[in-house]
Amino acid sequence: MATATSSHNATFVKVWIGLLGLTLVEVILGYIQFNMHLMLTLLMGFSIVKAYLIMAYFMHLKYDRPSLTWVLVPPLIACILIMMGYFFPDSFRLLAWRP
Amino acid sequence: MSDSHGHPVAEATWEGGASPFAVGDKKLGMWLFIVSDALTFAALLIAYSYVRVVNDWPHPFAFSPAIIFSSVMTFVLLSSSLTMVFGVDAAARNDRRGAVKWVWLTALGGLVFIITHLYEWNHLIHEGVRPFENPYGTPLFGASFFLITGLHMTHVAIGVVYLSVIAARYGGGKYDAEDVEVAGLYWHFVDLVWMFVFPLIYLMSVKLH
Repeated sequence: MATATSSHNATFVKVWIGLLGLTLVEVILGYIQFNMHLMLTLLMGFSIVKAYLIMAYFMHLKYDRPSLTWVLVPPLIACILIMMGYFFPDSFRLLAWRP
Repeated sequence: MSDSHGHPVAEATWEGGASPFAVGDKKLGMWLFIVSDALTFAALLIAYSYVRVVNDWPHPFAFSPAIIFSSVMTFVLLSSSLTMVFGVDAAARNDRRGAVKWVWLTALGGLVFIITHLYEWNHLIHEGVRPFENPYGTPLFGASFFLITGLHMTHVAIGVVYLSVIAARYGGGKYDAEDVEVAGLYWHFVDLVWMFVFPLIYLMSVKLH
C-alpha cells in the first residue's frame, strides 16, 4: 500500500544539509576538545536531533499517521532509558571503587 | 453467525480495507524489525559506555587520517540516505527508471562506505589492534571497536545486497513502490545507527592534545 504524497524532495535536501551541518559541528567539537563530559553531552544531544530528523523526514514518520509514531517511538525510548538506568549507576559505583 | 446460545454475533472479517496505522503489512513488519534491531545496537552501545566509564580508555584516533576518514564515511552514508529518499519518491510517482537509478546510487554509496571502512580496519589491524589485545591500552578497546563497527558494517553489507535485489526486481516490474519504500526504511535505520556509533566510538576516542 504505497502512500500517495506530493514530492517532498526539496525538504529532504534541506534535512540532508542540516544533517551534514550537525555532523560538521560534531567533528569541530572533536577537534576543539574542551571538556570530555560536556563534549559527550553535546554529541549525544546532536545525535538525538539527527535521529529525529532521519526518522521524521527520511523514514517518513512525519507524513504517516501519528499512531505509527506513538506505537514505535515511546517504547523504544522507554527500553533505552531502562537499560541506561539499570547499568550506568553501577558503572559509577565501580568507578568510585577504583584505586 | 450465532454464538452457542443462539444469539446473533457480528462477524469480524477483515476484507482488506484499512490496516493498522494505515500502513501495509510489509512496512509495519519492517518498522517492528527496526525497533528490535535499534534495541540491539542500543544495548551494545550502552555496554560499551558502561565499560568505558570504568576503564582507562585509549585515545588513538588522530584527526588526520582517522577522524577525516570516518567523517567522509559519515558524509557518504548520509548522502546515500538522500539518494534513497529520491528513489522512494520516484517509485511513488511511478518513475521506474529514475527510482532504479537512485536505488543503485544508494547501494553504491553503501559499497563506498564498506570499502573505506575496511581500509581503516586494515590500517588498525596492521597497528596491532585485535579483538582481544591492542598496543594502546585495555583489550576492551579493540573488542568494542571491531564488534560494534563490525555489526554495523554487516548491516550495511546486507543492505547493499538487499538494495541491489530491489533495484533489479523493481526495474524488472516484479516489485512495486511499497517494496522500494520498505528497503528505504532499512537503509535509513542503518544510517541512524551510524549517527550514534560515529560520535561514541570515534569522536570520543580522538587523540587528545
